[in-house]
Amino acid sequence: MTDDTIRAFDGGAVSKTSAIFRGLWRDGLLAAASWAAAALITVGLPDVVPWGSAGLFAALTGIAAGVFLVLSFVVHRLDRLGSGIIHYGPWFIAIGIWLAVWELTTAKFGWLPKPFFSPPHGLLNVYVADGPRLLICVAYTLRLWSLGFLSGIIAGYAAGVALGWSKRFSYWGMPFLKLIGPVPATAWIPCTFYFFPTTFDASIFIVALASGIPVAILTASGVSSVSRAFYDVGHILGAGDWYLIRKIAMPASLPHVFVGLFMALYYSFAVLVVAEMLGAKYGLGWYIQFQTAYSGYANVYAALLIMAVLCAGIVRLLFVVRDRLLSWQKGFI
Amino acid sequence: MVAVAAQVDAYRDPAPRASMAVDVRGVSHQFDLSGSKLPVLEKIDISVQPGEFVALLGPSGCGKSTLLRLIAGLEAPTGGTILADGQPIRRPDPSRILVFQDPTLFPWATVWNNVATGLDVRGVLKQEKARVDGALALVDLAAFADAYPHQLSGGMAQRASLARALVNDPALLLLDEPLGKLDSLTRMTLQTELVSLWQRSGFTALLVTHDVEEALLLSSRIIVFTERPARIKAKFRFEKPYPRHRDDPDLIALRRSILGTLGLST
Repeated sequence: MTDDTIRAFDGGAVSKTSAIFRGLWRDGLLAAASWAAAALITVGLPDVVPWGSAGLFAALTGIAAGVFLVLSFVVHRLDRLGSGIIHYGPWFIAIGIWLAVWELTTAKFGWLPKPFFSPPHGLLNVYVADGPRLLICVAYTLRLWSLGFLSGIIAGYAAGVALGWSKRFSYWGMPFLKLIGPVPATAWIPCTFYFFPTTFDASIFIVALASGIPVAILTASGVSSVSRAFYDVGHILGAGDWYLIRKIAMPASLPHVFVGLFMALYYSFAVLVVAEMLGAKYGLGWYIQFQTAYSGYANVYAALLIMAVLCAGIVRLLFVVRDRLLSWQKGFI
Repeated sequence: MVAVAAQVDAYRDPAPRASMAVDVRGVSHQFDLSGSKLPVLEKIDISVQPGEFVALLGPSGCGKSTLLRLIAGLEAPTGGTILADGQPIRRPDPSRILVFQDPTLFPWATVWNNVATGLDVRGVLKQEKARVDGALALVDLAAFADAYPHQLSGGMAQRASLARALVNDPALLLLDEPLGKLDSLTRMTLQTELVSLWQRSGFTALLVTHDVEEALLLSSRIIVFTERPARIKAKFRFEKPYPRHRDDPDLIALRRSILGTLGLST
């Protein structure tokens, strides 16, 4: 027992002493240098083809370099936050280098040519020039996603509990679920146009279908695999069916349900872009489609970046919810 | 409709009787195993007086646990009747609580909420929170009220399971090898605790065990079963004051003759 254990409990402090030498954070200095290099390359060398926002990008990276420089001297005085920053030190250096190399290969030397590749300040320029429209697209995408995902998981969960609990429901419902489940949600697009009054409703349905099915399947398997012994305990204590479902089947199946929810999340992202192509006027999927048609690849990358951040953020959020609801599971997973 | 049912439950009087008489009359039971019938109990007759502590002893897998499930009302016997205070048993009831060999605590609920389950089912938890605290204190787990089951040792988990039963003031406690999986030291402690709980609360107790010594330490009557299908092979009476001691010569003598009935000689 051992240094490793101690380090695990006190990770920040230990790495702090090794990363800090005489009150100086070495990685911070290197990060400042790499970000400063990115800034200098951006303003110092001319663009092969002008992209715009080079000055702004250089200013931002320059400010970042300055922040790292200051942090190099003071980070050891920031407790919790400081050890977090120190932990990511190597990443900060790498990102600076990545930005510099990215600038050189695209805008400065033109090895990766214009319409297909964009330098970082090209992406920044998209946010500057097309920001309002992108914000509207983000709002539309989030609206579609949240409506579709929420209605999908609510319906899927209810169906899953019924399928897992009731033999009759399972007898009639399971074959349908087994038949429909493997069909990609997007394959339903042609019929959805017929069944739904607006394309927006159709899009919501596609997202809901994609997220509802994994939740239904996993919830059903979770509920049906609850140990009989728990129901026996419930019966002994006088519980009726409704109590058994609410207080035993539902909490006991929660670990399964969360597996279903994570699958639902990824499926919903996957169909989101496609769903937004159904006669939408805004939305990140629509934006990507539209800009691809006009060879606006910088805009496409800029939208992709937003999408990546959004999806990662939502996944993170679900992890937080899961850790809170399944805290009872810790120690025996 | 569900809400109405819950309200009806709430008004059902839990009215704990101190103890319950149990009459097992000509009970036979068989399992349906994919078409073939497997008889597990054959013509069992047992009459238990209110407040008695009776041990059911027999080889493992002989069907004594099944008998407890029938008395609890989890299943209906295929033949014969079981009467609780003269009334036929049709379904489980909180006045007859079965404690399993595994603690079967709900892993998602704290110890307190586990113990509170019976009161929650009847919808009286809000008014009777103190009973949960009382039951936890009775099994010496008050300090672990907010712990989750995975944080408890085997003995503590089984005590929590006992508290979950006792909080309902059962008139009949059915114990299905409740100490079977515990280490021998914890087991000895809990045997003593069981006796004092029984003496204090006055419920009728039916204990299934395959430990002869345990049966002799706890009960005043011991019923020995045969191999499956279980029939009653012998009955013993052992009326010594509690606490009893393992090295009591009467206990040792009776232990020898019971083991002889079971086909083991020491």
